[in-house]
Formats: sequence, structure tokens, C-alpha cells
Amino acid sequence: MKKNIKFVQGNEACVEGALYAGLDFFAGYPITPSTEIAEHLSHRLPQQGGKFIQMEDEIASMCAIIGASLTGHKVMTATSGPGFSLMQEALGYAIMTEIPCVIVNVQRGGPSTGLPTSVSQGDINQARWGTHGDHAVIALTASNHQDVFLMTVEAFNLAETYRTPVILLFDEVVGHMRERLILPEKDEIPLLERLRTSVPEGVDYHPYLPREDGRLPMSDFGGVHRYNVTGLFHDMWGFPSNNPGVVQGLLRHLIDKINNNTNRIARCKEYFVDDAQVLLISYGSSARSALHVVQNRRPRGERVGLLELQTLWPFPIDLIRDRCKTPEIVLVVEMNMGQILQTVKLAVDDPEKVFLANRIDGSLITPTDIRNILRVIQGRGV
Amino acid sequence: MPVKDYIRERFFPHMWCPGCGHGIVMNALIRAIEDLGLSKNEIVMVSGIGCSSRISGYLDFHTLHTLHGRALAFATGVKMGLPGLNIIVPMGDGDALAIGGNHFIHAARRNIEMTAIIMNNRIYGMTGGQYSPLSGYGTLATTAPYTNIDYDFDVVELSIAAGATFVARATTYHVQQMIDVLKKAILHEGFSVVEILSQCPTYFGRKNKMGSAVEMMAYYRDHTTPLGSKAKKENPDLIERGIFVQKERPEYCREYDKIIERAKTKGK
Amino acid sequence: MAKAKLKEHRIQTDWCKGCGICVAFCPKSVLELNAQDKVSVVRPQDCICCRLCELRCPDLAIEVVAEPEVSE
Repeated sequence: MKKNIKFVQGNEACVEGALYAGLDFFAGYPITPSTEIAEHLSHRLPQQGGKFIQMEDEIASMCAIIGASLTGHKVMTATSGPGFSLMQEALGYAIMTEIPCVIVNVQRGGPSTGLPTSVSQGDINQARWGTHGDHAVIALTASNHQDVFLMTVEAFNLAETYRTPVILLFDEVVGHMRERLILPEKDEIPLLERLRTSVPEGVDYHPYLPREDGRLPMSDFGGVHRYNVTGLFHDMWGFPSNNPGVVQGLLRHLIDKINNNTNRIARCKEYFVDDAQVLLISYGSSARSALHVVQNRRPRGERVGLLELQTLWPFPIDLIRDRCKTPEIVLVVEMNMGQILQTVKLAVDDPEKVFLANRIDGSLITPTDIRNILRVIQGRGV
Repeated sequence: MPVKDYIRERFFPHMWCPGCGHGIVMNALIRAIEDLGLSKNEIVMVSGIGCSSRISGYLDFHTLHTLHGRALAFATGVKMGLPGLNIIVPMGDGDALAIGGNHFIHAARRNIEMTAIIMNNRIYGMTGGQYSPLSGYGTLATTAPYTNIDYDFDVVELSIAAGATFVARATTYHVQQMIDVLKKAILHEGFSVVEILSQCPTYFGRKNKMGSAVEMMAYYRDHTTPLGSKAKKENPDLIERGIFVQKERPEYCREYDKIIERAKTKGK
Repeated sequence: MAKAKLKEHRIQTDWCKGCGICVAFCPKSVLELNAQDKVSVVRPQDCICCRLCELRCPDLAIEVVAEPEVSE
């Protein structure tokens, strides 16, 4: 077997992607089903001079990666639902202070302690609105290990581009399942490095004044520019301000920098979408079952297609509206009570043709589950 | 004025109340840093939320004003990220020991090199005078109108038990001692805790009929004593000041460097 | 060593909040609060340059400037 082919868990694929992207600082706390990410990184990071720390809880983990990012590192933490709940406060801080970082949530069943070892996709809306206040956020997902790798690299690139936390919403099945991963060669995937200011020492540096292209060059702590970072609304130097113009300007910037680039951030995969009469929309492990349905029914002449979402937030409204125009039935396949279903309904012209195929019992939704629900919708009986 | 080299002058006069002890702590901290001759570029001040935490905005270092109670967790990331930096973490009593209590004991346990300053005014000032974990039994606060039944932590004992390798206490009255202790804490290779008995005349003082800032400082003058003094034996109620612990134990970041070495040799 | 001799107290009046800490703890009663509740130097000749007022000022509003020391 070739050296660059591995047979790994999804969590390991995430680790490989993160290291490929240049991760050199990780802080985390053990939690099923994400723990393998911490375990592997505790092993791998110091081998290449990077750092791993197991903090006292998920709150501290999220805070620690923000601190390390300010010293110029590419940083990540990984958790699952309960830990992700604890991280929300500091996630909002990273959004407000525009600190690049990556947060992995390998989803399990919730609410509360829920189903630690079972699959769910119940944290989609938490990723969007878990932290308080108006904000925009980037959340990516993947259904197989090659994509876990790619989306992890993508998460680091987007975090640097938009100076924002990026959430990777994997799920227990993807995290724990083993399959083949082909490691890309060095330089095969473009990597985005941190944009640092060229303002020389002694010249006024504005850490929070966006350039014309919207990007904000950073200056590492310990460097020649001493500035303030605060979770309060702040001016272009980073100092607290409650001036209405400053407040509105910052909030609009935080939201616009992401939402105005929705189409640029949107990643998806399309299978037989062009002529689909029935369009399945899915993501994560449930998209594997959806894809199976498509591959199984196409040879039988059924015009079923799949739109697999890889960017969940900002929600790719234009893409969804466009692809949902011609199909007669749009079936959202997910393992929650319809979190993406609702956003799809909002995006399309005729929401009454959008249906939900879900499973919320901790088991992976199967192709048969999807087929059965589709038959009911089509009036073909169970 | 030498202190002006260390402050962000445009934000002065500061927002603290007249007679607030936090200004005295800031004053002493500036003197300590000046005496040590540290470069402003190598100092990162990480603070949480509260009156005390506003100190970071006033000082011309790399400053990180974070979340309530979380300053030490952020600081841990900064220090691990760039161990050459000098990390100073000013915190209030509620910030450090209520919401931030867990981070506090774990930072102490790791012995990660940074200076935790607990500006203990025994009250939540920013929110208007609620009792804190250091208010103490029998005190009054806006949330303890019938007197407080919560006992307080002894910060020194707690820090020692948690593993801090430098533990000291000073007061805003004893400024020279405070400067001296802060200097030693900053130089210490490990996790340093300096508790500074500070005064909040606006809330704690008024609620508990302690009088003005002057009277509250006079109280610290009259009710504290140097560590190991004869006076303490005669009057056990006196609060001791000084350096309680100053010992060597491997520092966290240096230990992690060894991990990197081990991983690199083993990985080959 | 010669004793430090006072040159002047530099007072940043707009920063002074009139808490009176410097006045109360001056060992030589050099300072007083004026009618506007700001610190003022009333007995400079008594100042021993201990700088406790400067160090205890929560508002960073006082600087004690001594004459350059000359050995006797």
C-alpha cells in the first residue's frame, strides 16, 4: 500500500487535515465522540514542535486557543454537544475580536448528556445561534474522510481569510467510522497563511480597521504593535466604545464580512441534480445514505438527485433556491427535527414541496428509511 | 512623569471611583515594571471582567480584555503560544475565585509562569455591590441584605493548596511592600499569586460602614501585620502580609519543551 | 547619603478625584484638599520626599520631584 493512503477514523482524518493546514496549537477536553482528535494531536503535535494542552474544561480550551492565536499560531479545539455549549461564550468573544480559530464539534445525541456514543445532527442551529447577540458564523461539514480532510483545511483557510472562528460540524458516524484517506501531497491544496500587518514600528497600527478588500492584517502579541483586544464593542484601535456609529459599524462589519461572501464560502457536491424530479438535500453521514438512494434508483430510471451541503453557515440561499426550482419534491435528509429543513423552506420559492426525512433515535438514517418516507410523500404507500 | 511612559494617557482620568484601591494597585504595578526594566513589548496583560479588569485598557502593553473569570485560561494560551512573554493577569475577587475559581486552581496546579494579581475589595463593584466569595461571613451587600452567610476563601491558603509556587499578600496601604512583592512575583519562574487587599469605598465601604477610602486603608494599616510578627501571636485576628511561599518547581512551558524533545526523538 | 530635597510636587489636577488619601497619610501634613476638592501643596517646606503620596495616589495625579542629590 502506498504511504500516503491511510485507513483511519474520521476524527483522524480531521487531525491529518488540521496538521496539513498548519495547526500548531490545540487545547481541548476529553468528550465522546471527539476524544480521538485530542489523543492523536497530543501525539502528533509535539513531534513537529507544535503544542497540545488538555485544559480543565471546554470553556478554558476555547479561551486558550484564542490566546494562542493572538501569538500567531494556527489553533483548534475539538468537542461534542455539551462541550460545545460551554464554548459558546468564548466563541462569541472570538467572533467579536476577530480571532482566527477552528472549533470541531463531532455531534452526538442531545439535549444535555443525551446519547454520548450515538449519532445526531442536532447542533446545526446551535452552531448558528448558540452564542448570544447578532453575529454571522461559518460552519462546514463533511460526509466522508477525504472531505473531512478537505473541509478541515478549508476551515483553517476561511478562518484566516475572514479573521473569524470556523466551526466544523461532523457527527459521530463520520468521526468514528473507518475508511480510506488519501493524504494529498504537500502544496497540492493551497493554504492561506496569516495576513500580518506591514505597518512598521512607531507608525500607528489599526488592528480593527479593515482594508479595502475587507481583510484585517494582524500583529502578533509580543511584536512591535501594542494594542487592545476586548469583547466590548471597540474602535479601530481595539479600545472600548459605545459610540452608536462605532457600534453599528462594527456589528455590520462582523456580519457583512461573512454574509456578503456567502456564495464564495458555499461548498457543496452535486449528484444528478440537473434533471432531478426528486432532489435530496443532505450533509454529513446522512448524505451517505442519501447518496446510496440516488445511486440505487438512478439505474432504475428514477430521476433522483442529491445536493450535499458542505457549508451549512452562512446558508447558501442562492444555490438552494436555484437547485430547487425544477424538482417536484425536495427531501431534506437529516438527523434532527428539521433544522436545515426550515432554512431550505425559507430559501425556496415554493416551500410546500419541501419535506423532511429524518431519524432522531441515535441510529444512522438508512437508505431504506429515506425510500420509505419518499414513497409516502409520493403517495405510493409504505 | 515616569508613569506616563506606561499608560494610555488619553483614557485618563480613569473610570474608577474616588479612592478606589485599584488605582493604587495600577500605580504600584507600573513602579514594579519600571524598576524591573521590562520592555513594554514583552508584557501581555490579560484581564477578565469587572472594575479590576479595566486596568488592562489603561496600560500600554499588549492587552487582552477577555471574559468574566476566564483571564487565566486565555493567558495560558498566550503563554504556551509564546513562552518568552511576561504575562500579568490582574483579577478581581469574584472574577478570580467565583466564576474563575476553576481556572485559578488549575493554572496554579500547572505552575505555568504568570503573575496572578487578585485585587481583593470583597465585593462586585461593577454591578453595584453584590457579595463575592471574599466578602466574608456577616458582611452586607446588595444581595446580602440580612448579612452574608457565605464564608470566604483564604486566598493564600487556597493558592498554596492548589500548587502556586509564589504566594504573597499586600495591601493598598503598604505600597512599598506591594511594589516589592509584585517585582518578586513577576520575576518568579512559575505561577505567582499576589493577593492585594484593596478598598471599594463606594460599595463595600458604604454597605459595611467602613468609612471613606482613607479609613478603609487605615483599617488595613491597623489590622494587618508582617508575616511571622510577634503581633500576630498576641492578636491572632491580624491578617498577615508578606511572601508566604516562594519555591522552585518545574515550570509548565519548560516542561512542555521537554515533551517536544521526547516526541521528536521517539517519533524518529 | 544626602537627604533628598524637594523641588516641586507636580499635580495633574484634572486627574485628581479628591479622595484625600495623600492628605491623610502624609507624614508631614504637606498636602490639603482645596475648595474644589483637589489636592494642593500647602507646606512644601516640610516635605521629606518620601513619595508616599505619589505611590498611594489611585489617580496617578501626584509626582514628587526632588532636586538632584548632592553628596555633602
